[in-house]
Amino acid sequence: MKFINYLESIAGIAIFPMISLFIFFAFFTLLILYVIKADKNHIAELENLPLDKEEN
Amino acid sequence: MELEKFSYDNKIVKQFTYATIIWGLIGMTVGLWVALQLVFPVLNLTNYTTFGRLRPLHTNAVIFAFVGNGIFMGVYYSLQRLCKARMFSDTLSKIHFWGWQLIIVAAVLTLPFGYTTGKEYAELEWPIDIAITLIWVVFGWNMFGTIIKRRERHLYVAIWFYIATFVTVAVLHIVNSFELPVSLLKSYSWYAGVQDALVQWWYGHNAVAFFLTTPYLGLMYYFIPKAANRPVYSYRLSIIHFWALIFLYIWAGPHHLLYTSLPDWAQSLGVVFSIMLIAPSWGGMINGLLTLRGAWDKVREDVVLKFLVVAITAYGMATFEGPMLSLKNVNAIAHFTDWIVAHVHVGALGWNGFLTFGIIYWLIPRIFKTELYSKKLANWHFWLGTLGILFYAIPMYWAGFMQSLMWKEFTEEGMLRYPNFLETVIQIKPMYAARSLGGALYLGGFILMAYNIVKTVKMGSFVANEDAEAAPLPKKYEKHTGEHWHRWIERKPIQMLVVSLVVILIGGAIEMIPTFLVKSNVPTISSVKPYTPLELQGRDLYIKEGCYTCHSQMVRPFRSETARYGEYSKAGEFVYDHPFQWGSKRTGPDLHRVGGKYPDSWHYNHMLDPTSMSPGSIMPSYSWMLDDDIDTSSTPAKIRAMITLGVPYPKGYDKIANKDLMEQANIIAANLKKDGIETYPNKEIVAMIAYLQRIGTDIKGKSKK
Repeated sequence: MKFINYLESIAGIAIFPMISLFIFFAFFTLLILYVIKADKNHIAELENLPLDKEEN
Repeated sequence: MELEKFSYDNKIVKQFTYATIIWGLIGMTVGLWVALQLVFPVLNLTNYTTFGRLRPLHTNAVIFAFVGNGIFMGVYYSLQRLCKARMFSDTLSKIHFWGWQLIIVAAVLTLPFGYTTGKEYAELEWPIDIAITLIWVVFGWNMFGTIIKRRERHLYVAIWFYIATFVTVAVLHIVNSFELPVSLLKSYSWYAGVQDALVQWWYGHNAVAFFLTTPYLGLMYYFIPKAANRPVYSYRLSIIHFWALIFLYIWAGPHHLLYTSLPDWAQSLGVVFSIMLIAPSWGGMINGLLTLRGAWDKVREDVVLKFLVVAITAYGMATFEGPMLSLKNVNAIAHFTDWIVAHVHVGALGWNGFLTFGIIYWLIPRIFKTELYSKKLANWHFWLGTLGILFYAIPMYWAGFMQSLMWKEFTEEGMLRYPNFLETVIQIKPMYAARSLGGALYLGGFILMAYNIVKTVKMGSFVANEDAEAAPLPKKYEKHTGEHWHRWIERKPIQMLVVSLVVILIGGAIEMIPTFLVKSNVPTISSVKPYTPLELQGRDLYIKEGCYTCHSQMVRPFRSETARYGEYSKAGEFVYDHPFQWGSKRTGPDLHRVGGKYPDSWHYNHMLDPTSMSPGSIMPSYSWMLDDDIDTSSTPAKIRAMITLGVPYPKGYDKIANKDLMEQANIIAANLKKDGIETYPNKEIVAMIAYLQRIGTDIKGKSKK
């Protein structure tokens, strides 16, 4: 039961793992960039959402 | 902008809180009961209360009733406040609450009576599965309705976790519950053998991930800042935590199937992603703990924070241990032993239990506008609970490690040191007793809490509708200049849902699709034949009695296992197993090669009184099988269902199946008679013997050539 046996029959199969790797590499890279560059005030606003003084 | 006046619905929060406490007490009491059954088998009492039937009740009650209601309690409280809006519909809240409680009642009324699908943590039969789906949709509808009419533009990270929970649990439940109904309370899994195992553990692991973890992480991100009165340590970290966690978790399921007949590539994939999971899990733990930096003095005073800190610490321990257990060499020792039981209880008692308790102690005084009745009692609860976890986990680690080493020990002559499985069980019985003590301490603490909460409730005056006011959202959103793409997801719940769905589907799809595309004839072994009607009936009894809760049917390719049980298990042997019965714990020995090992009379006597054949055995007696008749009226429907699922019985076989059944039963009855045992051939014990004698015999003689 080798995985490769089932995949060999699909044309151009090699491109799929490359595409998925690229998508996820890109997603997480952009995410990290966003997180690093995100505006301080915006982050401060977000993290204080639960602490809004209107409620308890 | 003018402020709008509205009110938060506290009544639904109160109801879910009470349900959490009541079902938690019941579920843990059953847990203590089954723990004691392993020390005192006499506690199996009746056929409705054997270990095999109560253990699923315990796991389902703790996961879906205790933690489930705990999730809804926390979500309904925090979501309203984070969205600055009342729940979308009080009617939907009501339907959700009562529907969920009815499902739990249905579980209590079916599992002890042996109505089970035989798939761990998904034991409930098909009508209940449908009800779960409907109620889950009601929950999602109510949640999204609230989010859409919110008065706060941004979705706080806790809400992301709630959304991911909703969408993933829906996918998991639906995919794993594909089953073909045979009668009102009996169905067969759509999948067989290896495929069934892969789907089941993809489900099983992600039930841990998306029912026991992500919603509770959402609660952590809300209630820790609330209780400590300071924002979360790093909101940036929480963003990465969220995406990395949901992406990685979904791949990890196959680590439950290491060294089994699952294809090797799927096992390796599961291992790799399980190891990577340390990063987001610990990222979350660190984020939770560091929120308290500079506030540790409060932890000494505030019992809520004490519970929350231990909960996060337990989460950290369990999520470090999990990846370690996924390493094949560690798994070879830990799998099928009590080590795993220790691991899950650190998670359940520590992470889920303590987080729930912390939230309840924080929440009840607030919605009742009063103080907690007794801080002293709450402190007692904390210490009893903490000691309980230690007394539970340490003996189980010890037992697991010791038993595994005993299974694997050889003498200098190359023989198994402990060839009798029972020897290794008797050795760990004291640890089972210590574990029960741990469970009792934990439950004792819980009872103190229940008392404390009742008293607090009596002291306070309940605020059913808590007044609040907030400005409505402007109709048009004005973009900041240079706004980042991620904000587009952050303020749009539907985008969040869709992106989460894509992220979690990828892992499952890559693991499952190839395993399904594999034509079942690829690994088929020609000598593997469908079960005879009598064996099929026997197999259904095996499922009904929950034999899989203590016996595996999976001989791993280790010398210590082939020497003890026989030839290791092959993927092709399970192609007609709807559902698979590989099991996950060996309280008793593996049964995959039990067929033909003992005479029929041995099984007869053993089922009547296990200690007569194996002195010191802790297995319950199944004496009613000697008296109860096989339900032959169900045979034709069962055969037809199997044919639908692709099992190659001849056409029209359903009509003559009972004739074959009686023929085989007569042979077994005659066999028993030779050994001086008189029984009618239509008794359940005969079907059970037929099945036990069949398991794993299809390839016997072949592979040993």
